[in-house]
Amino acid sequence: MTQQGVRWTADQVLSLAPDAASRKAGSKLGAAGPWSEAGSSDGGAVWGLCKGSGSTPYRTVVDVGDASGPAYTCSCPSRKFPCKHALGLLLLWAGGDGAVSRGQEPDWAEPWLAGRRGRAEEQRAAGPEGSTSGSADPEAARRRAERRAERITVGATELEQRLADLLRGGLAAAEQAGYGLWEETAARMVDAQAPGLAARVRELGAIPSSGPGWPVRLLEECALLHLLDQGWLRRERLPDGLAATVRSRVGLPGTADGPPVRDRWLVLAQYDTGDAKLITRRIWLHGAESGRTALLLSYGAAGRAPELTLPVGLVLEAEVSAYPGAGQRRAALGERFAPPVPTALRPPGVTTAQAAARYGEALRDDPWQDSVPVTLDRVVPTPDGDSWQLADADEDSALPLTPAARTRPGLWRLVALSGGAPVKVFGECGHRGFTPLTAWPEGTGEAVRLC
Amino acid sequence: MNKTSAHAPDAADPATMTPAHARGTADPATTTPWENLVTAALLGTDRRTPPGHRPGRDAPVALLDAAAVEAVRRRAGLRPARAARRPDPAPEDPRSALPDAAARRLSMLLADRSSAIGGGRRGTAPDLMELLPQWLATANSRGYAAPPQMLPALLDAARGRTDLRPAALKFAGPRALWLARLNPDWRFALRATPGGGAALPGPEETARIQRLWQEGLFAERVALLAAIRAREPAAARELLAATWPTERAEDRLMFLDSLRTGLGPEDEPFLEQALSDRSRNVRATAAELLSALPGSALAARMADRAVACVAVDHTRSAATITVEAPHECDAGMERDGVVAKAPAGRGERSWWLGQLVESAPLGTWPGRLGGRTPREIVALPVADDWQSELHAAWCRAAVRQRDTEWSRALLGVPTAPEAGGPGAVSLAERAKLLGALDSVERAEWVAGFIGTHGLSEAFQLLGVCAVPWAATLGRAVVDALDIARDAGSYPWSFSGVMGLAERCLDPSEANRLDGLLAVPDEPEDASPGAGGYWAEAFQRLVTTLRLRAAMAAELGAA
Repeated sequence: MTQQGVRWTADQVLSLAPDAASRKAGSKLGAAGPWSEAGSSDGGAVWGLCKGSGSTPYRTVVDVGDASGPAYTCSCPSRKFPCKHALGLLLLWAGGDGAVSRGQEPDWAEPWLAGRRGRAEEQRAAGPEGSTSGSADPEAARRRAERRAERITVGATELEQRLADLLRGGLAAAEQAGYGLWEETAARMVDAQAPGLAARVRELGAIPSSGPGWPVRLLEECALLHLLDQGWLRRERLPDGLAATVRSRVGLPGTADGPPVRDRWLVLAQYDTGDAKLITRRIWLHGAESGRTALLLSYGAAGRAPELTLPVGLVLEAEVSAYPGAGQRRAALGERFAPPVPTALRPPGVTTAQAAARYGEALRDDPWQDSVPVTLDRVVPTPDGDSWQLADADEDSALPLTPAARTRPGLWRLVALSGGAPVKVFGECGHRGFTPLTAWPEGTGEAVRLC
Repeated sequence: MNKTSAHAPDAADPATMTPAHARGTADPATTTPWENLVTAALLGTDRRTPPGHRPGRDAPVALLDAAAVEAVRRRAGLRPARAARRPDPAPEDPRSALPDAAARRLSMLLADRSSAIGGGRRGTAPDLMELLPQWLATANSRGYAAPPQMLPALLDAARGRTDLRPAALKFAGPRALWLARLNPDWRFALRATPGGGAALPGPEETARIQRLWQEGLFAERVALLAAIRAREPAAARELLAATWPTERAEDRLMFLDSLRTGLGPEDEPFLEQALSDRSRNVRATAAELLSALPGSALAARMADRAVACVAVDHTRSAATITVEAPHECDAGMERDGVVAKAPAGRGERSWWLGQLVESAPLGTWPGRLGGRTPREIVALPVADDWQSELHAAWCRAAVRQRDTEWSRALLGVPTAPEAGGPGAVSLAERAKLLGALDSVERAEWVAGFIGTHGLSEAFQLLGVCAVPWAATLGRAVVDALDIARDAGSYPWSFSGVMGLAERCLDPSEANRLDGLLAVPDEPEDASPGAGGYWAEAFQRLVTTLRLRAAMAAELGAA
C-alpha cells in the first residue's frame, strides 16, 4: 500500500457526503471535540470513537487504503451512507493537525477491516466477474431478451405513430396539449421496457415551455427520436457498432466487455444529477498514457450517495473496460492497482474551434449525443450580455456556456480563478453550449472543481 | 445573434453558436431547407408541406426523415461564436500565497457558514464560523492573499455578515473587487471599499484630488477626505474649508466628522467658525470636537463655566464638593454646543451642568479643587446627591479626552464592593473608561473585577480586553467558570462568557483546562445533569483553543 502521506482535502472528503444535510453535520464533527482514540494506520484505516447523545460513543472506521474506494462502518443508527461520523472522522484526518495519530488498529476495528481485506483477496483470486452474473440458463435468457425486444418494437412502432400524428396536426397545436400527453406516452414506453425512449419522450414535454426558439428544439428532438425509433426497427441492417449504440440509447443494459485498458487515470470531474428517487453520478477519467476519456456511471437510490467516489485531481492506476457501442465513452472500472494519489498531471487541451469540431465528428458515431467531453486550453471566461462564454485567449472565437451552467456557483469559482487571465477548463461541449466542470489556473496549481 | 420570437422558424439554439449552413446560404432572400421544415412542422403537414415533399399520409414521416438529417447536420456543423470583449484582467495581488493547510482550514471554516444558523444545544464541537474573524485577522496580519477560487465563498460570507466585511474584503484583495463588478450580488464590496476599489489619488496628484473633490459622488468625497486626513490633516481641512459654505447640511456633518481623525490644535479656527453654523447638528459636532482639544478657546470657556459650579466646601468636618448647577442656559452656552432643552424626565439645571463638566478640560480640576490629584478628587464626598451627575460627566470627559489618570481614578479599585453593583459609574461607562488604559492594566483591572464580583456582570468588560487575553485575566475567567460550576448552576447561564473565552483565551492555556473536562460527581444541591453539560462546555472550550492554535500555526503565526 502506498497510503503514507496521502491525505485528502476537506473538499474531497465533503464530496463523499450523500446530501447537504450530511455535509453540514459532518463538518460539525470534523474537529477534535467529540473524538477520542482517533488514529490511522499505514494500511489506510482511519478510526475513532465519537461521543454522541448516548452513553457509549459510536465506533467509526473508514478504510481509505482499499484501491476500490473508501468503505465505512459505524455503530450509529443512521441510514445515511456515509454517516456524519464517518465524514467528520475523515475531515479530522484530512485536517492533519495531529488529532488523528498514527497507530495500531484497535481491537474493535480490526475484525471489520480484516473481513474487508479477506473479501478483497478472494475477489482478486476469483478473477474478473461479470460474465458469470445473470441467469445460469442461457436458453431462458435468450428467450427473455427476445420477448423484451418484441415489446420494445411494439413501443417504438406506437411512438412512431404518435410522432406522425403530432407532425400532421402541427407543433403549435402540441403547445396547447401540454405536458400530460407526453407523460402518458412516456408511461407507455416504460411499459414497453424502453427506458431510453421514455426519458426522451419526457424531455419533449418540457420543451414547449423552455422559452424562445422552442419549435426548433422540439422539431430537432422529435426528429432525433424518430431516428432512434427507425434505428431500432432496422437494427439488423445497421453496422455492429451503431446497432449497439442504438440498443444502449433505447435503454437495453449492456455489459462492459471491452478489453481492459490499464492506465494512470486522472479524475477530471465528478458530479451528481437526479432527484430524490435516484441519483446518477458521473465521473470523467482521462488516461495519461492512452489519452482516452472514459465515463464511469454509478447510481444511488433513495437518498444514498452512489458508492463510487473518486476525488477530482487525483490519479489512480487501474483497468477500465468500455461498454459496447460506437461513440460511447461509458466504461466500467475494473481492478485498481493503487489508491488515488495527488498529481500535477493535467489533460491536454484544444481551442474552442477544435472543440466544436470534435462534437461534430462525434455525432458521426452517435447522432444522439448532446455533448462530448473536451478540455479547452487557454480560454478566458468572458461576460457576453446576460450570458457568459469561454473565449480563446489567442483567437477571436468563443464557446457560450449552457443556460444551466450560467446559474451554478461553479461559474463564479471559474471567473475568480481566471481573473481575466487564460485558464484550462475541462467540460462538456455540445449543441447547447459548454458546461465547465473543472479548471486549472495558468502555471501550477491544483484542479478546481466547478460542479 | 438576433433575438427571436417563439414562433420564428429561424430561431437558432440559445447557445448562440452559429449553424454553419446559415452562413453558407447563397441567396439570403431564400429560406433554408431547415426553416421550411420548421414552418411545416409548426403548422402541421395537413396544412403545409415543405417544398419538395408531397402531401398525404406519409408526409409527416417524410418530414421527420428530412428533419433528422437536417438536425444532425446543424449540430455537426456548429461553429464557435465570435468572442465578446474580454474582461480587463484583475489587478495583480502582490501578497504571498496562502499555505496549503491554511487554505484547507479556510475552506472548512467557510463550509460551516450555512450551519451557523439554527439554535439547539451546541455540543462539544467548536463553532467554526465564530473563528472566521480571527482567522481573517491573522491571515491579514501575515499578509497572505486569498486563493482565487475561494473568493466567491468569502464574498458570500461577507455579504451575510456585515461585521466580517472589513477583514474579509481586505483578505479577499483586489481580485474580489474585480469580481464584485461582474456580480450584482456582491455590489456591497464596491460600496464598502472607498472609490469602488479604484485607487484614490496620491498626495502629488493635486489636479485629480481637486476634480474628485469638486465632482465626485458623496461617498467618493467622504473616502477622499478620510484618506487625505489620515495622511496630511491640514490638507484635508483646507480642502474642506474651500467648499464649506456650499455644502449641504447633512454633508457638512459627515465631512466635519472625518476631522475626528488626527484632530489637533491647528483645527481650532475652522471648528470655532463652524460653531456658528446654520445647522444645529453641525454646531454640536464642532463643539464636541473643540472640547476634545483641551487648549481650545471653547474648552477654556467651558472650564470657566464649569468651575463656577463646582467648589470644595471646607466648612464641613470633612472636605466636601458642593455643586451649584447653572440657573440658565445663555446664548453663549448655546453657541458652544450646550443643548438647552433637557430630555423628558431630567431637570434642566443638572442637564446643563453635565454638559459643562463633560466639555471642560479635566486638567482644570486639580487647580480648582485644592491641588488634589484626580484620585483624591474622585474620593471626595459630594454634597446634596450631586455625586452621580458629577462623576458621570467626568467619565464622559475622561473618555472623550482619553485621559488615563482620570479614567483610572474613576474606575477605582476593581475589588471595591461598589464596583460590582450599580454605583456612580455604570458598567457601560466602566467599559469605556477601560479603553483609555493600556492593555496590560485593562486586563489586570478586569481580572480583579472578576475575582471579586464573578462573571455575571463581566461580559461587557471582557469585550474591551485585548485578544488573546493576558494570562492573569484568562485564569481569572477560568477560575470563575470553575466556581460557577461548583455552585451547581447550568453552563448556559454563562454562555456569553464561554463564547468569548473560546475566541479570546490564549490557546496555550488549553492544557491547564484538562482537569475540568471530566464529568464531576454531582453534589446534592446541583441542577440535575449540570455536571455533564459543564464537561461538554469545557470540552468545546479546549477543542476550540486547540483549533485556534492549529489555525495560527498553519498561518505561521504560532
